[in-house]
Amino acid sequence: MLQTKAIKSLIIALPVVTLMACSSGPSDAELEAERNRAAQEASQQAEESRAAEQARVKAESANQMQAAKDMMKKEREALESKQVVYFDFDRASVKSDFHAILDQHAAYLSKNPNQKVVIEGHCDSRGTPEYNIALGETRAQSVETYLLNAGVSSSQISVVSYGEEKPAVMGSSEYAFAQNRRGVIVYQ
Amino acid sequence: MKLARWCRLTTLLSVAAVSIVISAASHAKLEIVITEGVNSAKPIAIVPFKYEGQSSLPENLTEIVANDLRRSGKFNPIAFNQMPQFPSVDSEIDYKAWQTKGIDTVLVGSIVDMTGGQFQVSFELVDVLRAQVTGGQSKALQNGQLVMSPDHIVESREKIIRTEDFRQYGHIISDIVYEQLTGEKGAFLTRIAYVIVRDRENDPLPFQLVIADYDGANETRLLSSPEPLMSPNWSPDGNKLAYVSFENKRSQIYIQDIYTTRRTRMTDFPGINGAPAFSPDGKSLAMVLSKDGNPELYVMDIQSRQLRRITRNRAIDTEPSWTPDGKSLIFTSDRGGKPQIYRVNLASGGTKRITFDGEMNLGATIAPDNSKIVVVNRTDGNYHIATQDLTSGDMMVLTRTYLDESPSIAPNGSMIIYSTLLEGKQVLSLVSLDGRFKARLPVADGQVKSPSWSPFLL
Repeated sequence: MLQTKAIKSLIIALPVVTLMACSSGPSDAELEAERNRAAQEASQQAEESRAAEQARVKAESANQMQAAKDMMKKEREALESKQVVYFDFDRASVKSDFHAILDQHAAYLSKNPNQKVVIEGHCDSRGTPEYNIALGETRAQSVETYLLNAGVSSSQISVVSYGEEKPAVMGSSEYAFAQNRRGVIVYQ
Repeated sequence: MKLARWCRLTTLLSVAAVSIVISAASHAKLEIVITEGVNSAKPIAIVPFKYEGQSSLPENLTEIVANDLRRSGKFNPIAFNQMPQFPSVDSEIDYKAWQTKGIDTVLVGSIVDMTGGQFQVSFELVDVLRAQVTGGQSKALQNGQLVMSPDHIVESREKIIRTEDFRQYGHIISDIVYEQLTGEKGAFLTRIAYVIVRDRENDPLPFQLVIADYDGANETRLLSSPEPLMSPNWSPDGNKLAYVSFENKRSQIYIQDIYTTRRTRMTDFPGINGAPAFSPDGKSLAMVLSKDGNPELYVMDIQSRQLRRITRNRAIDTEPSWTPDGKSLIFTSDRGGKPQIYRVNLASGGTKRITFDGEMNLGATIAPDNSKIVVVNRTDGNYHIATQDLTSGDMMVLTRTYLDESPSIAPNGSMIIYSTLLEGKQVLSLVSLDGRFKARLPVADGQVKSPSWSPFLL
């Protein structure tokens, strides 16, 4: 900012200084040449300052874009820290406790139509592995349906069920079971 | 031919490699611990075979036979120090000495080193009860002549085997003894396939598909993957396995030849590609696909890859298993609210619910004699292996272990192998179809699951 001001004052000052220096009696031709030279210099200065100003504007808008990107990244990171919804035993319906979280994901995905997510469905280790693959898919699909109803495009979402094959918590405590019955929204 | 293939397996697998696979034979044995049912088993004497020769024997043949018979749940081979004598042929047996010990049946034999890695194995299975009656001198009429008829010798064989054949020849002797004494074909020359899940945090390829002899010997890794492997199922010729792999971050069904290790991807549909099951004739694969929205049963012709949709409803239909005649599938469906077992006739499409006892029944297979189904039954929140008689409809819970799943029946219908949780770890366990005999196959390193018992291999 300071620099730009200094350049501007130079442009005005330079021709004045030159004229004063030549007032002792140069010829008309000399004056003419001097005026041309000064004019050329002035226009060159103006050109340079325009370029500088343009670069400044560009840099500023890039900064703004970066800030927007940073904000988006932060928003996405915040969402990714809330990427899991939990289910009741042998149930696949999304509990109302998780509507607020899913609404945030839906809002972000609607704003960013190029963003893709995979919804993973998981189960606790009770029941058979094959039945749990089916149950896990139903869970992932109910998360998908919630997001679609909230305005997310179907092209942004894909679904995969891992059944009981990838538990988040090992063991057979009620706590482990509850942690493992989950849908996970994975940003790609 | 079949025996030759059996022998080639270990050598072949340890050199061949498959795309994402490091094939390595690990020799960790599954030590079988019998937890219940020794008392109801019939005493039998497996006398150590006499050995004539210089070179050391590769395996203890008598021990293999004794372990096989003990693990069948039907026999209780007595300890060596309980034996009154160590005969090697029938003529050396003091029938009375064994009878007073309460032993009805004695297996005697000998091994002779023929040099050059060849051994002659002879054995006789002797009914000492019968021999006591006839004095080993029973006579029978043959062409009008009274001739010696040693009918107390139930079976007598002689065979030359190679060093590397000892284990399977031991299993063959067990099969012969078992069939002679029970009237049922033995399943000692069979294999199991299963999945081991190693440490998912630290092992880059934690999911492993493994095959082993039924007793856990010759454990051989067929496939290692960073993503889950599921649902191994044997082809009826015992040469191939169908299974589900998530190696491409979604489920796909593969068929792999266990001898050449060549694999073929059979399906890559959107959604679930799961629960493959070879038809009894080996030409079709029943499977579960959710490509049309929710899990439905399909049958694929393996040659043409043509698909036929079998079920059509909004519920979960999964876990297809063939009836022995190949004309129907039994499967799990929650169309009635909770998962129960149904049967669908492939020609007519007619579907009937089979199970009604308990809160849930899942993962059913039919016993080879078509008399019962084996299921995972949930009652009072507990998951146990159970059988249901197909005629009477009576259900019997067989196990008392925790979170039982993935039952698979031995091809002779005598035993079920399944996965259960023991002290926080998934392990394989055995239970006889009558529920009297129970045993455990502990594995130290990782979770062991999805066992599948091979068909007869000989």
